[in-house]
Amino acid sequence: MNLKKWKKAGRALINNSKMSLPILIGVLLLIGLLNTAIPKDFFSKIFIGSKLFDPLIGALFGSIAAGNPLTSYIIGGELLNNGVSFIAVLAFILSWVTVGIVQLPAESLMLGKSFALVRNGLSFIMSILISLLTIVTLGILQ
Amino acid sequence: MKKIIEKIGVPWLFLIIVGLIYCVIAIFNFKAAVAGIETFLHLFIKILPTLAIVFCLLFFSNLLIDTKTVVRFLGRKSKAVSWFIAVIGGIISAGPIYLWFPLLSDLQEKGMREGLIAVFLYNRAVKIPLLPMMILYFGFKTVAVLTIYMIIFSLLNGYAVEKILQRTKRNKQ
Repeated sequence: MNLKKWKKAGRALINNSKMSLPILIGVLLLIGLLNTAIPKDFFSKIFIGSKLFDPLIGALFGSIAAGNPLTSYIIGGELLNNGVSFIAVLAFILSWVTVGIVQLPAESLMLGKSFALVRNGLSFIMSILISLLTIVTLGILQ
Repeated sequence: MKKIIEKIGVPWLFLIIVGLIYCVIAIFNFKAAVAGIETFLHLFIKILPTLAIVFCLLFFSNLLIDTKTVVRFLGRKSKAVSWFIAVIGGIISAGPIYLWFPLLSDLQEKGMREGLIAVFLYNRAVKIPLLPMMILYFGFKTVAVLTIYMIIFSLLNGYAVEKILQRTKRNKQ
C-alpha cells in the first residue's frame, strides 16, 4: 500500500476529528446538564391519565430525555407500576431510543439540517404508531 | 458576525455556546454545573473505547473505500442487500448514536444515500445485549413484537426520509 494513501487517510481523519470532536463534546456536556436537571422520578409526574394525550406526552419526554436505553426500561417499568398506560410507556421508551433532541445539533451539523429534522420528526410520529400497533398486535395474539 | 462564525467554525461555536450555558448555570447554581461536568466526564470515559473504534473505522474507510465503491454499494442505485446491510449494521453497532455521525457524514460525502443512513440510525435502537433486560421488564411477547415493528418501520423511515428530502430539494430548485 502506498504511503501517499496512508497520509491522505490520516489527513482526512484529522479534518473529520476537528469537526466532529467539538460537537461530540458539546453534546456530552448537554446530556450531563440534562441528566442533572431532570431527576428520574420527574417522569412519573408528567402523565395525566388520558388515553389520547399520554402516548403523546410519553413520546415528547422520551425525545427530550437522553442516556442509556437501560435507564428508559427502568423508568418505563416504574411508570407501569404507577399505573401509566402501556401504550404511553412504549411511546416513551421508543422515542427515547429513536429520537434525539439533545443530539439534534450534532446530527444537523454532521448530516445536514433537513436530514436531521425530517428523520427525527418521522421517528417521533413512528414511536406513537409502533406503540399503537404493538398494543393492537398483542391484543390479537392473546 | 458571519466572518466570526466562518473563522471559528460552527462546531467550535457550538462548543463555546454550550460552555457559556454552563457558565450561566454555574453563576446561579454552581453545584448543578459541577454535577453536569461530572456526568460529562463519566460519559466521556465510558464512550472512549467506542470512539476509538469509530475513528479507526473512519481511518480505514478513507484508506480502503473510495467514492466509487460507496456510490456502487450504498449510492442511489444500491440494491435490496444494501438496505439489509444498513439494518444489520445499525443493530450490531455499539455505543451511543452520536458517535456514528462522523463516519456516516464521511460516507454521505462519498455518496451514501440518505435512506440508508436513516435506516442505520433507526436500527441503533434495537439493542441485542439489552434485550434480556427489556424482556424482564416488559415480557418476551411485547419485546418480540416491538422489535419486529422497529425493524420494519426503520425501512419505512429510511424510504420516507429519502422521498421527503428529494421533494424538498426539487421544490427548492
